Amino acid sequence: MKKLLSNWITQALLFLIVLGLTAYVSQVINDVLPPYVLTIGLFIGINLIMALGLNLITGVTGQLSIGHAAFMSIGAYASAIATVNYHIPFLLGVLIGGLVAGFVGIIIGFPTLRLTGDYLAIATLGFAEIVRVVFTNLKITNGAIGFLGIEGSTTFPIVMTIAVLTVCAMVWLENSRNGRAMLAIREDEVASSAVGINTTLYKIQAFAIGSVCAGVGGALFAHTTTFIQPTDFGFLKSVDILSIVVLGGLGSIPGTIIGAIVLTAAPEVLRPLANYRMMVYGILLIVIMIFRPYGLMGGVNLRQAVRRALMWPRKKQAGRGE
Amino acid sequence: MNNLMQQLINGLALGSIYALIALGYTMVYGIIGMINFAYGEIYMFGAYSGLVLALSNYVNVYVALLGATLITMVLGVVIERIAYKPLRRSSRLSALISAIGVSIFLSSLMVRLKGPNTRGFPKLFENKIFQIGSFQITIYQIVIIGVAGLLMLGLHLFINYSKTGRAMRACSQDQDAAKLMGVNVDRVVSITFAIGSGLAGAAGVLAGIYFNAVQPYMGLMAGLKAFAAAVLGGIGSVPGAMIGGLMIGMAEILGVTVNLSQYKDAFAFTILILVLLFKPSGIMGRKVNKKV
Repeated sequence: MKKLLSNWITQALLFLIVLGLTAYVSQVINDVLPPYVLTIGLFIGINLIMALGLNLITGVTGQLSIGHAAFMSIGAYASAIATVNYHIPFLLGVLIGGLVAGFVGIIIGFPTLRLTGDYLAIATLGFAEIVRVVFTNLKITNGAIGFLGIEGSTTFPIVMTIAVLTVCAMVWLENSRNGRAMLAIREDEVASSAVGINTTLYKIQAFAIGSVCAGVGGALFAHTTTFIQPTDFGFLKSVDILSIVVLGGLGSIPGTIIGAIVLTAAPEVLRPLANYRMMVYGILLIVIMIFRPYGLMGGVNLRQAVRRALMWPRKKQAGRGE
Repeated sequence: MNNLMQQLINGLALGSIYALIALGYTMVYGIIGMINFAYGEIYMFGAYSGLVLALSNYVNVYVALLGATLITMVLGVVIERIAYKPLRRSSRLSALISAIGVSIFLSSLMVRLKGPNTRGFPKLFENKIFQIGSFQITIYQIVIIGVAGLLMLGLHLFINYSKTGRAMRACSQDQDAAKLMGVNVDRVVSITFAIGSGLAGAAGVLAGIYFNAVQPYMGLMAGLKAFAAAVLGGIGSVPGAMIGGLMIGMAEILGVTVNLSQYKDAFAFTILILVLLFKPSGIMGRKVNKKV
């Protein structure tokens, strides 16, 4: 079984089956659930795609970035310009959004990734603010008034399929040579460069892939809301995405999924509290951090946990008292 | 040339406000190595406290300033005890998220208390314009620069010549060693938070008077720029924060002078990134060599 799974043809087949199944199931769900729930599900998917990208940068490679919304906005505007001004099909527009964001990520990555820790964080924050101000003043983005008339082509099945695709890609990446190099950089940059890992290359790789995810998320976002303006992508948006990653548990893909679900749904679930909603949300962040400083799934190895849960009764029978 | 001189004075006034907030960031970072993102909201709280006090008719500007400073000092200590102290031993990121939680809580609390609209600040004293040579300076600017200058001088004396100040410097160098020498680290951290928050509160009142506008989300941008100022000057360094704040204020005003006012908010960050790229530890920061 293990040997079979490591065969790339089997992997590819499995991947295609999962993808097809997702498309089918989400289509069925799309027909059943009410639009309100679907919209929440849609935003969970979009946030998940972007958070997985940030998880690769911050969680796996350990480079703190608090300007993720900048790449989201680049993807959103690029795809909106592509579909509205140049009449490019929607899915191609999403791809363009992702690629443009990734390209900018590489350009920004070269100088800024020489910085470490908090300095990198503040540089990415500064970059995000610059991008926002530039979008506010450009003609093609229609400035502060906002970009109107985008077609609402994003649907629940599309978002879910792309989200599952991203999850699969991230799992595959983490188990690859590149992913291990990224993990090594997070654990100790000096040591990993000493054993011959090209740290700059892998950091930029992580940054670029993360930016592509943000760009795709932004493109989907633009085609959901049909109207985007620079203030949609401010500092608080970056914070939203970062809180998903940190709350779920840095570097943990299941954690990121849970984080995306909890934090996207929380403001909606808290809606009955009306005006106290954001206050409760703030307190929620503090309380979770105090009681689970490494995130909800931080330090939990899911594979091990599942195995242990299955093994538990047998272990007891064997009488191995620990 | 005259115009330039005039703009430098405007920049000095704006920069003093940024410098006051930046001091809080830099002091806390110097001692416990965390970024307290909630400072912008403490600044906003200071502005509102000043507004409430000023509206009560009985107080003059100095009482309002003092009252707001005291209120924000208490607020800062309470926040530290509740939201940061349990996280002091865990990773930097969790403390950062907790700080973001605090800042969301404070700004939405203020929306609840005072409404989301921008409010004017009552005139605490008549504005006068002094003509000095060919440029002019308003009494508001004199008060802002004067108060900020006094506070910074006081802080400098406190840190360098008082016993508590010495304890603070000891903690920023080596917390464990300071503890062994009998320094009560928890108390020092609380005092640091109190001082930093008090300065931010005072800055809030000054900004309220200067811009004649107070609103619940004013802290976000001011906080980010002040943080940029702290990093620019070299985070952890007190004189660095003052220099960084003044530089950011000047740069913003100069940007407006050369007709790029729509890019105003980007100036601070562009300068920041450029400085970081060439001198990552900031202007006055010490370079820390990483040991393996």
